[in-house]
This record gives sequence, C-alpha cells and structure tokens, in this order.
Amino acid sequence: MAQATAHHGEHEPTTTGLNHRKMLMWAFLGSDCMFFGTLIATYLVYKNRSITGPLPEDVFSIPVTTVSTFVLLMSSMSMVLAYAALTRNSMKTFRIWLASTCILGATFVGFQVYEFTTFANYEHKVYCADVGVKELTPLKQQLAEKCGTEDEHNGVVEEVVGLTPRTNLFGSTFYTLTGFHGAHVTLGIVWLLSLFFLSFKKGMVTPEKNLDLDLAPLYWHFVDIVWIVIFTVVYLFGVFPGF
Amino acid sequence: MSQEHQVAEEHAEAEVHTGHPTPLTYFKVAITLSVLTALEFGLFYLEWLSYGIIPVMGFLSAAKFLLVAMFYMHLRYDNVGISIFGRDVPIFSLMFVAGLIVAAGVVFALMALFAFFTGGA
Repeated sequence: MAQATAHHGEHEPTTTGLNHRKMLMWAFLGSDCMFFGTLIATYLVYKNRSITGPLPEDVFSIPVTTVSTFVLLMSSMSMVLAYAALTRNSMKTFRIWLASTCILGATFVGFQVYEFTTFANYEHKVYCADVGVKELTPLKQQLAEKCGTEDEHNGVVEEVVGLTPRTNLFGSTFYTLTGFHGAHVTLGIVWLLSLFFLSFKKGMVTPEKNLDLDLAPLYWHFVDIVWIVIFTVVYLFGVFPGF
Repeated sequence: MSQEHQVAEEHAEAEVHTGHPTPLTYFKVAITLSVLTALEFGLFYLEWLSYGIIPVMGFLSAAKFLLVAMFYMHLRYDNVGISIFGRDVPIFSLMFVAGLIVAAGVVFALMALFAFFTGGA
C-alpha cells in the first residue's frame, strides 16, 4: 500500500504527509501535459492537409522565434534565482529577479503578438528570375503564375496572403496551439506580478511562507518546457514538408 | 585538497542541505540551455543534413526539456517519497512523468488514428 515519507522538513499535517496544494499543482501539470499533447498531435495530424497556403515554410521566421525561445529560457533562470533569493531572505534581490521574470515573460508575449500580426498580414514576394531555378513553395508557385502579367513589377510579384485561424487547417491548429501557450504565459505573468506586489505587504511573502513561490515557478517552468517542445516540433520541424 | 575541489564540495553540500541547487548551478544550466538553443539554430541551416536533422533536433529538445525539469523544477532533488509496495518512489516526479507518458501515448495514438505515419487520409 501507499505511504508517504517526506524529508527535509517537508512533512505536512495532512493525511498523506505531503502538502496538498503542491500535490494538486503537480497533478495539474501532469494533466496540462495531456492538454498540450492533444493540441500538438492535432497540429501534426493536420499539418500537411491544408488545401491552400500559406504553409509553415511560407511564414515562419526561425531567427525571430529562436530569440523569443532564448528570452523564455532566460526567464526561467531569473525565476529560479528569485526563488533562491527568497530562501536566503534577500527580499530586494528577490523582487529584482521576479520583476525581471515578468519583463522577460512580457517580452516573449510581445514576440508572439508581433509574430501573429506579421503572419496575418504576410506579404509574399516571388522573384520571377527564380522561377524554374529555385524550389518554390506551392503558394509561391501559384504567385509565380502571375510573372509576365501586369501584376509583375520590376521582376517581382507581390501579394498579401495572410495566415489567420480561418485561412486553412495549418492556421487553425497553429493559432490554437501557440495561442493557448501564450495564454498560459500571460496567466503566469499575472500570477508573478501579484506575488511581486504582495511582497511589499509585510508577512505576505516570506522565506517561511514560500509555498506560493514554490508553485508559481513550477507553473512558469512548465510553460517553458512546453515551449521547448513547440519550438522544435512546430517551428523547426515545421519547414520539412514531409514531416 | 585543492581549493577548486573544496569549493565544488561546498556547493554539493549546500545542495544536499537545502534540497535545491545553488545559484551557480542555475546559471550553468542557463548557459547550457542557451548553447543548446544556439546549436539548434545553427544546425537548422545545414541543408546537407536533410531529414537527418529531425532526430538530432529531437535529442537536443529532449536534453533541454530534461535540464529544465530536473534542475529548475527540482525533480532531481525530489526526495518526497511515497512507498508503493515497499519501494520508495518520488511522488512529484511520478505524477509528472505519468502525465507525460499518457500525453505521449495520446499524441502517438492520435497520429496513428489519422494515418500520420502512413501518409494516408
């Protein structure tokens, strides 16, 4: 039968001997794994079934997403440093790192807003000289048909073909997946900001009462690891048509 | 005993005492995560790798995932055990890994159901 054994002063006056809020947080994170798992699976299943473009290879900008990934990873570091400062009872350092985490998180959300806006108003360019020389995506092949017509200006055909959730299956699944992740990050920022402001009230955030500061980082790091998977599966693998 | 060795031992002791890594460990993990991300970005532009890039990227992504889960989420230091049939199992790791396994199962089941692997409709 199951029996809990806690160490390092973690023994709690509960039936299991474990802190129930922490247990609940881990159960929630486990269930959120399944939530994101289904969203990622849906994205993969529908990835190559869009009838019209734009497709991932038309819109993704890997350098921009790499920078936003780096920002989110660094926010995880500042989060753990905030936690470490709190356990050392260094409230000033704690607040600095916590504020840094919020700023980095907000920067990540800013990148996502920029990305979504760019995708929705994406201007596709085809250099007519490249037709038959370079490999073109289906959308660009469609645009290349306008080469030699009145739509061609200075050897270039340009057209705004935005990606919205209604454009194609790729758009629907991509925005649902990354949108839900962005919502998780936003919720995390609100949580961390509330802890930041509560820390100015005496006795609300202390090293002895640091459970809230144990749960919030768990949530934050979870959001980070979900992005690690999304970055690889959606963005990096996204440009391989057969995957 | 060398000074470097002594410092390393003090860090290890601090980790055992608090049950959490030291800020230096957090910093080293952050550097490793940054290097791995830069590596992913660099490898992405090596066209000769072609589809061989997929397992490489998968491995790098898994390494980053594990680093965050083990050091930042403190699962490496999860010592709150639950005894199941006489064996001590770290309960928080168990809950998270169980969720992950079910999630992976759901992903592969859905992909198989929609003929992702065979390329069918």
